[in-house]
Amino acid sequence: MSGEAASPPERKLPALTRETEAFWTGGKDGQLLIQRCSQCGTYQHPPLPMCSTCRTETVAPAQVSGKGRVKTYTVNHQAWLPGLTEPFAIAAIELDEQPELYVFSNILAQPDAVRSGMRVKVSFENHEDVWLPMFVPDGETPQ
Amino acid sequence: MKREDYPERQVCITGIGQSKAGRPSDRSAMQLTLDACLQAIADAGIGVDDVDGLICHPNKSSEGGGISPVGTIETMMALGIRPVWTNPSSHEGPGHMAAIFDGIMAIATGLCRHVLCFRTVAQATARASSRASTLLTGSRQRVDSGNNAYFVPYHAHSPVNLWALYAQAYFDKYGASEEQLGWVAVNGRRHAGHNPNAIYRKPITIDDYLDARMISTPLRLYDCDTHIDGSTAILLSSKDAAKDLRNPPIDFEAIGMSVGTFGEGLHTGDFTMTPAEKCGDMLWNRTDWTPEDVDCAQIYDGFSIHVWLWLEAVRLCGRGEAAGFIAGGQRTAIDGELPLNTGGGQLSAGRFHGFGHIHEACLQLWGRGGDRQVPGAKSCMAVNGGYGYGAMLLKRD
Repeated sequence: MSGEAASPPERKLPALTRETEAFWTGGKDGQLLIQRCSQCGTYQHPPLPMCSTCRTETVAPAQVSGKGRVKTYTVNHQAWLPGLTEPFAIAAIELDEQPELYVFSNILAQPDAVRSGMRVKVSFENHEDVWLPMFVPDGETPQ
Repeated sequence: MKREDYPERQVCITGIGQSKAGRPSDRSAMQLTLDACLQAIADAGIGVDDVDGLICHPNKSSEGGGISPVGTIETMMALGIRPVWTNPSSHEGPGHMAAIFDGIMAIATGLCRHVLCFRTVAQATARASSRASTLLTGSRQRVDSGNNAYFVPYHAHSPVNLWALYAQAYFDKYGASEEQLGWVAVNGRRHAGHNPNAIYRKPITIDDYLDARMISTPLRLYDCDTHIDGSTAILLSSKDAAKDLRNPPIDFEAIGMSVGTFGEGLHTGDFTMTPAEKCGDMLWNRTDWTPEDVDCAQIYDGFSIHVWLWLEAVRLCGRGEAAGFIAGGQRTAIDGELPLNTGGGQLSAGRFHGFGHIHEACLQLWGRGGDRQVPGAKSCMAVNGGYGYGAMLLKRD
């Protein structure tokens, strides 16, 4: 990437709600918090006011490993906003805790190095009162 | 005059539910909604999974004053159900065809004789005044769940980013190639050349396709449809009222519908199938016909990848076979075994947003296709949608 590139545009942040606040702020303590049902043990994301598997309200944020693999990805080239000029990767990350437990995020790596199946781990990016879960190649230094 | 076939005589109330009143409540609007829904379901003694339709009034509103803060999509997600039908004005319901399906129901239940269904878009004008009009976020300061909150903070500002995830997964699973995907666009453009109302009519080659700029890998410029200003209207009539009209009636052999959670952050499976599978199941469960009985197909192409996914969802191609089926363009030509997107589709004719596909299906069945007419076309599959999903198998005698 060029050091002369314009700075990327600010990210539009998620609203924090009763259900979503834990997910978006867990990074303050370095934790990826995914909603889990204490009755049936199922994780679910995005967070909802009840467990959509056993339909009880016994759902609560639970710390997960923050590790997973890239299920599928895309490298965006289109400058949707002024300054969004450098290609970057967007991926569906399947978390290790449960099959098809997907989180969507950016992969902070050289975009052309991102592949399906790649191991990744969480890394947080703080903006105002939000800690966006980001993912980096597992075992490598984030750029 | 009393008639036993009045719609209200076909329906009864079997359960009720109501949340506690609060001033204010210590429960969220979403929780209150679930309280009432689950009570009514339990009151009737059915299972939550028995609910196959969901509707609310009015539409979910973002006006902020609480007049209607909960819609059907988030409610179906929380209930863990996958209804075939929701109110079409709350998000998309079962795709663009939701309005057609509502019209069918209004006629079938005796409320109407002729229902005019229209879809108007003015996205070209909107985009000329503001590029932000194409973004998922609108003007909100922050994005909330239900408004792409799980994508926009990551600069995934367009549905193309999400559908690119599906395209890549399909490539990875089946070994499909960029050239094969390019044939969706090349096929559509070839047919658009014979459609006087198509926005883009100049033929393109696979080289043109590959040379065009990348938008979101593996999707390039010609993988994306083009926004326009335009409107399409479809008139539905009762069979009795249709008898003396000018055109021979086009009948519905079967319809299918399903509702998904695309864009809401909830995805299941391996990104090579969508809830359109359920739509395909429903359609084929309502007819004795088989895919071999389909003469031509108008397959939704907001993005090229939709065509692959839809062809498999409605069983016109086997699993993983759509890419090879379209590649080369012979089998999908006007004189091929399954003429596909005969007016150019949205990729070339413009984003009439689903209704263009229905319109083209009718043109073909009435023999008004001009230079792109499929000889002897008596049946056509038309499908719409990338968020909600609708399909109709149309026929004429």
